[in-house]
Amino acid sequence: MLAVKNLFCERDERVLFANFSLQINAAEVVQIIGQNGSGKTTLLRILCGLSDAYTGEIYWQGTDLDEVREEYYQAMLYVGHLAGVKGSLTAEENLRWMMQLDHSLNKCSIAEALKQVGLFGFEDVPCHSLSAGQQRRVGLARLYLSSAPLWILDEPFTALDKKGVKEKEALIARHTQEGGAVILTTHHDLTIPGQTIRPIDLDQVAVA
Amino acid sequence: MSFFFAALKRDLLLVFRHRNDIINPLAFFLMVAVLFPLGISPDPEFLSEVAPGVIWVAALLACLLSVDGIFRGDYEDGSLEQMLVSPESLLVLVLAKVLSHWLVSGFCLAVISPLVAMMFFLPEQGYPALIMSLILGTPTLSLMGAIGAGLTVGLRKGGVLISLLVLPLYIPVLIFGAGTVHAGSMGLPIQGYLALLGAILIFSLMLAPFAIAATLKISVRSR
Repeated sequence: MLAVKNLFCERDERVLFANFSLQINAAEVVQIIGQNGSGKTTLLRILCGLSDAYTGEIYWQGTDLDEVREEYYQAMLYVGHLAGVKGSLTAEENLRWMMQLDHSLNKCSIAEALKQVGLFGFEDVPCHSLSAGQQRRVGLARLYLSSAPLWILDEPFTALDKKGVKEKEALIARHTQEGGAVILTTHHDLTIPGQTIRPIDLDQVAVA
Repeated sequence: MSFFFAALKRDLLLVFRHRNDIINPLAFFLMVAVLFPLGISPDPEFLSEVAPGVIWVAALLACLLSVDGIFRGDYEDGSLEQMLVSPESLLVLVLAKVLSHWLVSGFCLAVISPLVAMMFFLPEQGYPALIMSLILGTPTLSLMGAIGAGLTVGLRKGGVLISLLVLPLYIPVLIFGAGTVHAGSMGLPIQGYLALLGAILIFSLMLAPFAIAATLKISVRSR
């Protein structure tokens, strides 16, 4: 699906990764691991086209990313560590806007997605009066809505309770069974039922 | 097109939930208008002489004050990133955001401007010129201000920088805007001035969205 070749990235005069190559195939879960500051978020942002601080090539389905950017964005779902949830809008309004922004969020209805993340009955509450974990769940409701094949998730489990993490793991398992791929960073011990996780350790990729 | 209206609706809804965003520029505009005569002279003749310039400067500064926040909220909570990784056109989105900014700043200023004009003893024949010049001139202020806002959105304190970046671009609008009101209040024809303001608006409407979209990409990608 997504291939990265000879990626070089430097930040604040520190080389985060050099000569870094990565291939992400369908039905695969890739977990980026590394210490704080090792460049996990930077890598994911580069993969999303949200960072220019790199040299190297990125290919989507074998074509250079710059040429197929629009297709790529249709096929990719990014959940950053900022959830993109507006505090003054309700959960339902937030998700409705996200669906306008990304038409691949069409797998189920908003009500269904909110029920899945355990926010049934909170549709009409402005998000600023929800707890941090509940706000996170609003952002993650996109995973239930998404029919995009590639998910890029930056610390998706922050502020989630144990049950929430379990549900998301099951969701990731379902996604890969349907042929989707997931790249994520997390400090949780990830266990995806019926799926091996390929770890990429950025601490070992970096050159001192 | 439906995306444009969806984006506009979202932004207006956000403004409606944060009513300060509407009240702040209007309050600033009214405060300048109230304090100016107190500080200089309440003489009607003098006030009607300076009215076009003072009203336009107040409107311009009110726009400048509010333009800083046009992308800040979306930048800080990650919404802007989602907009950049969306297959939808960033240009359309930018236009919707600028339009919603104008509706709550420039348009509202134009609506309450006759009240301020009355406080400044502007001759009645100048009212249409004032309203029309504000309606035609302030969208340009929003468009050009958004370029500065896009460039400075990633900085912790962009407030001063945005003024430095944007004020030079505002000067032609100020000159022709105040000129329109001057001419109108003296009963002179204003079509020429309005045509110039309209030309500036069309020019910035064509080019500014590209510039704004580019500045947003730069700000997010160099984060």
